[in-house]
Amino acid sequence: MIKEEASPALHPLGMDGFLARFDSRFSLEANRAAQAFAVAARDIEGVEEAIPALASVQLRFDSTGETAPARRATIEAALQDLMAGRDWLALPESPADRRWTLPVSFDGADAPGLTEAAAKTGLTETQAVTSILEAAPRVLAIGFAPGQPYVGLLPEAWDFPRQTSLSDVPAGALVAAIRQLVLFANASPTGWLQIGRCAFRPFQPGAEDPMPLRQGDQIRLARVSAHELAGLEADPMGGARLEVLT
Amino acid sequence: MSGVLKILSAGPMLTVQDLGRPGLADRGLSRGGAQDSLALWEAAALLGLLAPVAGIEMPGMGGRFMVTEKTRVALTGAPMRASIEGRPVPWHAAHSLAPGEVLTIGGVSSGTTGYLTPGGGIDSDPVLGSRATHLAVRIGALLADGDTLPLGKDRAPSAPPQELRVAPRFEGGQIRILPGPQTALFSSEQIRAFEAASFTRGPRSNRQAIQMLSEAEPVWHRASGGMASEPIQAGDIQITGDGTPFVLGAECQTIGGYPRIGSVHPEDMPKLVQAGAQSTLSFRFADPAPIPTGTERLRALTRAITPLLRDPATIPDLLGYQLISGVTAGDDLDRD
Repeated sequence: MIKEEASPALHPLGMDGFLARFDSRFSLEANRAAQAFAVAARDIEGVEEAIPALASVQLRFDSTGETAPARRATIEAALQDLMAGRDWLALPESPADRRWTLPVSFDGADAPGLTEAAAKTGLTETQAVTSILEAAPRVLAIGFAPGQPYVGLLPEAWDFPRQTSLSDVPAGALVAAIRQLVLFANASPTGWLQIGRCAFRPFQPGAEDPMPLRQGDQIRLARVSAHELAGLEADPMGGARLEVLT
Repeated sequence: MSGVLKILSAGPMLTVQDLGRPGLADRGLSRGGAQDSLALWEAAALLGLLAPVAGIEMPGMGGRFMVTEKTRVALTGAPMRASIEGRPVPWHAAHSLAPGEVLTIGGVSSGTTGYLTPGGGIDSDPVLGSRATHLAVRIGALLADGDTLPLGKDRAPSAPPQELRVAPRFEGGQIRILPGPQTALFSSEQIRAFEAASFTRGPRSNRQAIQMLSEAEPVWHRASGGMASEPIQAGDIQITGDGTPFVLGAECQTIGGYPRIGSVHPEDMPKLVQAGAQSTLSFRFADPAPIPTGTERLRALTRAITPLLRDPATIPDLLGYQLISGVTAGDDLDRD
């Protein structure tokens, strides 16, 4: 059984950091809290990095030298004050600043897990694809691999667990589980089901902006055929379109 | 443009490494860089540099190397059999390599991973601020026979050879660990069992993670039980589905869902990554001991450097050396 701990709370994280955890489980409220806390914590002197995940934020500081223990204590106190100073779990949803439209193929070899995923949702394959195309989910976190987005939340029908057995998916695989989508930056084994494939690459080494997606971005998926997707493969942007909304 | 380093033959896992890419974890990119970063600091000290430069990481096996311009080479990390033109040369040392001479580096004699650092570093084009190959995300690639790498300018290519006394870190031992945000999810019995167990490096170890095998019953196992994935970093000890601990390495992912019992103290990571399959490791929660700044680290390493004394019997062209050239009062370094 999982031991539930009080949230939000600040925990030690190795030699050079803390973890601000807003919930041990995922919720949109905890995700908003983590994003907002990361932005605020970056203004604290000595916080070198704020790394938001799904429902928590890692804060890093310089742990070298004789002054490190005093620095650690000062930063810990400032983070505790920041955490206590606001009801982080009550933040309203903020509108997206940016919206991406990403071409995706749900055809044949591009979607080896679509049949199984649709069965888990209780929808037909066509209905399942439509429900994803109609959703306007947000990037909940960037991580695991460079630029790789966790996207959600999908409609409740998509609330099925990750598979216990792993299968290999290619770069660009769009996979689903737990009301979320992940767009894989690299080929990887995964317990998520591959329901489609994009030509867009979340990590583009050498590009001016190698990790184009940002936490909070809105994602719209646009269906293309496997043939059309093949035509988009030459460019790592894969036909993606970005609109700035503010 | 200076000379190049030619790789005549490459061991199976050679990569260019520096200290990696800090500060990009919020974009999903782990720091990467040398698995035994202390070895790059040792090289910097031997070469008289102010900070580590890019060198070649050599897990298990080295290779054969040539340069087109005279340069020093620092040999650090796990000791490996090394020779220049067939003459054995000591490890934990910097030597001068002349154009055309072949530096041959064989297998490790203890530890897992050695490093070859040229006097001016490898001067390949940085990607996102670093020259480090990050295999997991396909920045750079394994080095292969016939590759050439640009050399940075060596400011003292003819400096006499130096050697470094190193504290032992190549035979395993006890590893200090620090609590993490999930340590409290483990019971005190689980923590005690984990601290009491002996581990060895498993075959599923690479730059992403090091597998820890034990004959002890993995009572420290706990299911993740629906926890949201959280930020992870090198040194974290993940307990995977069957109870096998994996210590995350330089190229780890940045978000993970396996429960983590603690984090290896950064100062003990070199000892952990250098423990080969025959060495025994154990883990013990400890107070955070201080970490030196880069300047402090370099100063301490520099104090452990001495001129390399060679047995005259091993010098093939002894008569070619000018053995005495002028006598001084012996205090010229102290005078202005």
